[in-house]
Amino acid sequence: MSDVIAPTFAAREAVPPASAVAEGRAVRWGLIATAIVFLALFLVLPLFTVFAQAFSRGVAAYLDAFREPDAWVAIRLTLLVAAIAVPFNLVFGVAAAWAIAKFEFPGKSLLITLIDLPFSVSPVVSGLIYVLLFGSQGLFGGWLQENGIQILFALPGIVLATIFVTFPFVARELIPLMQEQGNAEEEAALTLGASGLHAFLTVTLPNIRWGLLYSVLLCNARAMGEFGAVSVVSGHIRGLTNTIPLHVEILYNEYNFVAAFSVASLLAGLALVTLVIKSILEWRYSDELAAGARH
Amino acid sequence: MHDLSLDVRAGELLGLLGPSGSGKTTLLRIIAGLDFPDRGRILFGSDDATGLPVQQRAVGFVFQHYALFKHMSVADNIAYGLNARKRADRPAKAEIKRRVGDLLDLIRLSGFADRYPSQLSGGQRQRIALARALAVEPRVLLLDEPFGALDAQVRKDLRRWLREIHDRTGQTTIFVTHDQDEALELSDRVAVLNKGRLEQVGTPDEVQEQPASPTVLKFLGDSVEVEALVEGTGGQARVLVNGRPTPVAAPANTIGPVKLYVRPWQLQFAEAHDQHLAGTVRSSYRSQGRQRIEVEHLDGKVLVVEDFDGERYEAGRAVGLRINGGYVFA
Repeated sequence: MSDVIAPTFAAREAVPPASAVAEGRAVRWGLIATAIVFLALFLVLPLFTVFAQAFSRGVAAYLDAFREPDAWVAIRLTLLVAAIAVPFNLVFGVAAAWAIAKFEFPGKSLLITLIDLPFSVSPVVSGLIYVLLFGSQGLFGGWLQENGIQILFALPGIVLATIFVTFPFVARELIPLMQEQGNAEEEAALTLGASGLHAFLTVTLPNIRWGLLYSVLLCNARAMGEFGAVSVVSGHIRGLTNTIPLHVEILYNEYNFVAAFSVASLLAGLALVTLVIKSILEWRYSDELAAGARH
Repeated sequence: MHDLSLDVRAGELLGLLGPSGSGKTTLLRIIAGLDFPDRGRILFGSDDATGLPVQQRAVGFVFQHYALFKHMSVADNIAYGLNARKRADRPAKAEIKRRVGDLLDLIRLSGFADRYPSQLSGGQRQRIALARALAVEPRVLLLDEPFGALDAQVRKDLRRWLREIHDRTGQTTIFVTHDQDEALELSDRVAVLNKGRLEQVGTPDEVQEQPASPTVLKFLGDSVEVEALVEGTGGQARVLVNGRPTPVAAPANTIGPVKLYVRPWQLQFAEAHDQHLAGTVRSSYRSQGRQRIEVEHLDGKVLVVEDFDGERYEAGRAVGLRINGGYVFA
């Protein structure tokens, strides 16, 4: 047999393709090159430009941008807004994901759709919603004015807009994760005598911890970087209601490019740090997901 | 689920047997307090547990897919129920450790305390799940298709092992299965469920020898339906097939045409003067010292005959069959 088959193979002398879906070399390199050029042009170059511009007049000029009191106010406000909006969305997201993944109830698909709403609505519209609700001509405007409560052009408005824009992150991430994990471990904990809260703390939370951290990270990045919705409700009061993105815009509009890019570099840095932590989490988290699937 | 009443005796190993969708898992979950019935009551001894939440029912539940806590070591998994107790009822750390050690000995996984579930095989995981359920000293142990996710060989070993554990602990146990062999081998008594109804409860011998309904009979093994006739009354009643009497006992107060259910091993090849049925061999195969022969009856119905592995029956051969036993339902 073998001396019949061997010449046939020798005559062909072709290397068999590594797999059925493998393309020719030209196609492969073409695709890779396209992707790299695209990435360089649209992602790496802008990021580089931010830092290049920020440091274009040296480190001293870069630091000067942060000596301005308005910059500090913007940074503090951004941190404060994130510090309120992220925990709120964490609680809401976990609650919503829990309800959707573990229970059947009427209106469930409607709730899932609603959670996605902020992703599909333009941030400007998200901001305008609050103007329509709380502005002086708005639905609750009169009542709020009578009672001396300031929501628009103040911290509450900015926080509300930020919460609105960022609330899908945690829920969206946790719903598929919790759905995949199912109820069995919680049920096991309950049959063993654990209270609902004890089961949640000792079983549910540890099972979703990486997914939760990951989603909080993304939520935080978006909360700090949100421009559109916040821009509508903040009123751009310098040294009072400007967040970092709004401060950058003002500096830029005043042709103060070095300062604008210096402050912008903070956001770019935040993005880079987020990216690194996200990669680390994805690495840990995929491990855990795989363990869940093996189970 | 329909109305049903099931009495589980203390210390027994009861098998809930039924096809998928028969309501056996639902029944088990209702007993556990994981699901709640629209009406009816659950009694543990003389205590009414109907309104009790799952935590207070003191049941041990073992899930088909183990449901071990992935992020906890084996020892922490087993100790979970003890650690979840209120401080006043919680045993001391040393006591918990001792109990976990004893349970690990019982399930013969003594060296595995510090492993994680992902490092264990399916059979080992299910043993850990059992130890975890036993740790809280439940009033009743509930097993939901405990071997359903395991390979055939592991499943056999674990069956024997579960029976041993039960004999040693005397723990009242209810387990759910759709595997007749498993139920018949393991149980003290078997409860057969179908479409949310309780068809029969009895020892493995009882349900096999006196099935209460065609459903029970069909579910417990292969059978064929044969047209038969009941003739005579009282002590004279006989079951005839094609005019020839069979040794099958006739049901009381029934006369006229009936359906006779026959197991493969109740059919025997016979000469023309002795046969109830005639047909041609369609196919045959051998397995484990037995031969199973499919015979096509004259009316097109396929009969399965089980024969000890003697003479080979080739396809196309004309044969006669004698009925040595069977079941008729009133």
